[in-house]
Amino acid sequence: MHATKAAKGLLALSQQEELVDLPTNYPLSASEDEGDSDGERKHQKLLEAIGSLSGKNRWKSVERSEASLKVSEFNVSSEGSGEKLALSDLLEPVKPSSSLTAVKKQLSRVKSKKTLEVPLNKREVEQIHREVAFSKTSQILSKWDPVVQKNREAEQLVFPLEKEPASFAPIEQVFLDWKARTPLEQEVFDLLHKNKQPVTDPLLTPVEKASLKAMSLEEAKIRRAELQRARALQSYYEARARRLKKIKSKKYHKIVKKGKAKKAIKDFEQLRKVDPNAALEELEKIEKARMMERMSLKHQNSGKWAKSKAIMAKYDLEARQAMQEQLAKNKELTQKLQVVSESEEEGGAEEEEALVPDVVNEVQMNADGPNPWMLRTCNRDAKEDEVQADSKELPEPVAHEFSDNEGNEKPEAEEDVLLKEFEERRSIRKRSKLNQDAKPVGGQETKDSTTKEVLSELKALSQKLSKDNRLSKKPKESPAKTVPLVQEEEPAPEEEEPLLLQRPERVRTLEELEELGKEDCLPNKELPGAAVEGEQVRRNPQEELKGKKKEKMISLQKLLTTRTPSVTSVAVPTTVEEQEDEVERDQKQMIKEAFAGDDVIKEFLKEKRETIQANKPKDLDLTLPGWGEWGGMDLKPSAKKRRRFLIKAPEGPPRRDRDLPNVIINEKRNIHAAAHQVQVLPYPFTHHQQFERTIQNPIGSTWNTQRAFQKLTAPKVVTKAGHIIEPIKAEDVGYQSSPKSDLSVMQSSPKRRSKHQKQLKKRRAQ
Amino acid sequence: MKVKMLSRNPDNYVRETKLDIQRVPRNYDPTLHPFEVPREYVRALNATKLERVFAKPFLASLDGHRDGVNCLAKHPKSLTTVGDDKTVKQWKMDGPGCGEEEEPLQTILGKTVSTGIDHHWKDPIFATCGQQVDIWDEQRTSPVCSMNWGFDSVCSVKFNPIETFILGSCASDRNIVLYDMRQATPLKKVILDMRTNTICWNPMEAFHFTAANEDYNLYTFDMRALDTPVQVHMDHVSAVLDVDYSPTGKEFVSASFDKSIRIFPVERSRSREVYHTKRMQHVICVKWTSDSKYIMCGSDEMNIRLWKANASEKLGVLTSREKAANDYNQKLKEKFQYHPHVKRIARHRHLPKSIYSQIQEQRIMKESRRRKEMNRRKHSKPGSVPVVSERKKHVVAVVK
Repeated sequence: MHATKAAKGLLALSQQEELVDLPTNYPLSASEDEGDSDGERKHQKLLEAIGSLSGKNRWKSVERSEASLKVSEFNVSSEGSGEKLALSDLLEPVKPSSSLTAVKKQLSRVKSKKTLEVPLNKREVEQIHREVAFSKTSQILSKWDPVVQKNREAEQLVFPLEKEPASFAPIEQVFLDWKARTPLEQEVFDLLHKNKQPVTDPLLTPVEKASLKAMSLEEAKIRRAELQRARALQSYYEARARRLKKIKSKKYHKIVKKGKAKKAIKDFEQLRKVDPNAALEELEKIEKARMMERMSLKHQNSGKWAKSKAIMAKYDLEARQAMQEQLAKNKELTQKLQVVSESEEEGGAEEEEALVPDVVNEVQMNADGPNPWMLRTCNRDAKEDEVQADSKELPEPVAHEFSDNEGNEKPEAEEDVLLKEFEERRSIRKRSKLNQDAKPVGGQETKDSTTKEVLSELKALSQKLSKDNRLSKKPKESPAKTVPLVQEEEPAPEEEEPLLLQRPERVRTLEELEELGKEDCLPNKELPGAAVEGEQVRRNPQEELKGKKKEKMISLQKLLTTRTPSVTSVAVPTTVEEQEDEVERDQKQMIKEAFAGDDVIKEFLKEKRETIQANKPKDLDLTLPGWGEWGGMDLKPSAKKRRRFLIKAPEGPPRRDRDLPNVIINEKRNIHAAAHQVQVLPYPFTHHQQFERTIQNPIGSTWNTQRAFQKLTAPKVVTKAGHIIEPIKAEDVGYQSSPKSDLSVMQSSPKRRSKHQKQLKKRRAQ
Repeated sequence: MKVKMLSRNPDNYVRETKLDIQRVPRNYDPTLHPFEVPREYVRALNATKLERVFAKPFLASLDGHRDGVNCLAKHPKSLTTVGDDKTVKQWKMDGPGCGEEEEPLQTILGKTVSTGIDHHWKDPIFATCGQQVDIWDEQRTSPVCSMNWGFDSVCSVKFNPIETFILGSCASDRNIVLYDMRQATPLKKVILDMRTNTICWNPMEAFHFTAANEDYNLYTFDMRALDTPVQVHMDHVSAVLDVDYSPTGKEFVSASFDKSIRIFPVERSRSREVYHTKRMQHVICVKWTSDSKYIMCGSDEMNIRLWKANASEKLGVLTSREKAANDYNQKLKEKFQYHPHVKRIARHRHLPKSIYSQIQEQRIMKESRRRKEMNRRKHSKPGSVPVVSERKKHVVAVVK
């Protein structure tokens, strides 16, 4: 069969070919064509056929033409025919053969492909490469962050970092370079040799050898981790297999469900026959289920699944079926088993209507709603749509309408407005939904309109707000301006103080160093407090003379206790004065009452006296009770003895606040000690207590145990002379270093270009 | 009758062998030691004074060169040099034998003049720089790859010692460029106010490097955030020509045109130490030895000088008691470092007059500049003259 078909096809093809060939072989002139009759043509054809039978093609040998430039091995030139030759034309005659459809498909696919975009210029490409490479390297580097942090905070760093692995030298090797030195050793050695004791025997047992060869800790850790992972994976897959095994097919579940339902019905029937009471209970149960269902809306096609199905319902039969099934279930569940009243039926019908997918409902309502309000608004919707299409400014015209309405009919206005708003929202929602279903572009437009509305509202709000802000800001501005000025006036934060104090003088000896310290402490620029005090001290003797004179004139007690005499002016009329006096008196009375308890001045004086007493140098009593006389519980050393052994303290320098009645100057501060004290809290400390604590804890071995001393004085960095400290390596800190050397990576680098292609594409998309 | 006796166990007070130190029973009750702080203060003061007295950092001067020493290098395995004759030569690590003529193991003729060279820390790779940065394999005569970014002459190139595929270079148009050798591409470029002479990577912190700049300062950068240096180190009074990290990564040493070398702690902006001698001229190169104990510097006047990294450290073997005393003194100095007397003595350094006067001068200049800026800020619209931190001031741009 096939063969004959093929033969037929071939024949037809050859005939066609002949027909096509004819005109080329016979360059017939137009005149000839016209003149010749049909019979002549037939005759010629016959002749030609006979000629071809002889196997000698005279015509072809005669015809000779020049090679055309247009001919190439790739495309067929369509010169002369007038119209362009399409590829599909060439394929036309062989249409029936199925193998070429694939080729056609390919062709169409090729046509549909877009042209490649112009590559980015070199500069941009390089920049992208750089960025990618940089992000990659910085990622690699960031693994060192914790290491750096740790090393910086470390109590002690011992260099070189890598420790030589503690290796056990086998005993034979230790023996090799050991020689007996003392006579006793020699004796023992001789004895051993005489007895041919196995000195260099295989001293290591196989177990020991194995332990020596055993893997290192790190390797063991890695291996353990691998094993753990494998085990976890295995258990996971096992659990999964078990779970999968349990899962039955959908069909199975369906059948089971149906079977259960049938069985339940059967049981119920039986129960009704056997035990009507129990049946009633059962019925109640069913009723309860119905109520629950009515309450829960479980099968009302309002869930996520139902909504998705509702969308699909138009096109998909199965989805529709599923929905209907659910509805049926709902119906079944909500159906009352007892007598059904008419009103309930109606309600059921309504429900049913509501249960039809929303889309359908809405379309219906749009067509002809029962509500006249709806109708009107629908029309308006259409109008609005037009308006929107024209100006694309929805909110403004609507607002105009509102205002118009308000102007025309005030009593109706509020209701109308409310209703319109509702309608608008509904219509927008509907439109957007419909458009989403039908054409996404339109949907976007409506969305735009809604977003525009929202935006305009927001704008109005923000304008209001900004106005308010401007109003409220104005008074605030002045303090805001002053604050930066204040800040600026403060000296700019100084850079770090130089660590070194560099001078053109050289210090060589201890004495010179001492001098350095002394000369520093007296005219110290760093101690402004001390300097001020020094000045005051110097000034004091000059002032002392003046003070003595003043002392006579001003008494401390007087100054503090005398009241300010009330000066009354004569010019003021007396009546007014009286009034004022009264007011004043009242106020004074009030103040007195308020501060009845505290006498501030007295308290201050008392405090001052106390401080003076406390700061006075104390007398030293050196009497020893019972020394040279009787001693006991109630006996006291005699007055004479006490007088004898009492050393009077020398009068201290005069107090500086001696002449200042309302001031207490603390004289505890020691100038000589101040030169040795820290004036400013040093940098890393945030509170003076922290700093003081560091100073107070002694670190010397005098106050600490040996171990504590060693710990406290451990240096931060320990290095060994003559030991090369290599740069830190990944292995030193427990990271795995890349097994490839940089050179080998470089030699296999050309593929990196392909890695960046993604980034390039992204850039192009932008 | 029972007789009560005083009895003492000799184990409590007799030492076991003659080599043990005498046992001293001691009561550590703090109430028995009232003057602990003053006593320690005095000890600290004495320790500081002694430190300054024993601070003799200069060890030796190695002469023999007949021209200024321009380059020093440390690498455990190989010695490679570049010259103005476009060649790269590889030498034997140990010197020539008796009667043997010193000849390079290998000579590579390059296409352009190389101005700097650095050897990879692990692999047999080295990098040269000139018109571009070339990476060479020791076994080949042509570079494995060459990277450039713009057209300028690169004056120095350095391999990162930790992540060894990263390179940093500084070029004469004021920029520092970072390269990734594996991906054969530059990574980022930062342009500073003035030219950077050389950079050095921190051998303990993979992403930190310090750049020695012409504007008398050194800048420590985190290579992931080049827009702000982590620290600006200032104290030199002339261009900084070279910098090298201590192998511990805690300090670095810098050589300057002002004829001095300075040691900076990494996280401080001021130097901890300054070394100079009368005869030392402009210091061109400096290296910290691999055991972190010594510093070598090569200078214009044909000498290489050897310094102690820690000026007052005692060289040689220390007994354990010496070591303990040393540690204690160090800790005391650290503890009382903020006290004015101790601080004063510890900070004191002698400087040649030229440097001293220059420091004064620059201080005045700086102060006046600061004052001027403040005045300008005071008399212009608030916010129009922003406060720029010292760190950000010197970075012109970061180029991706």
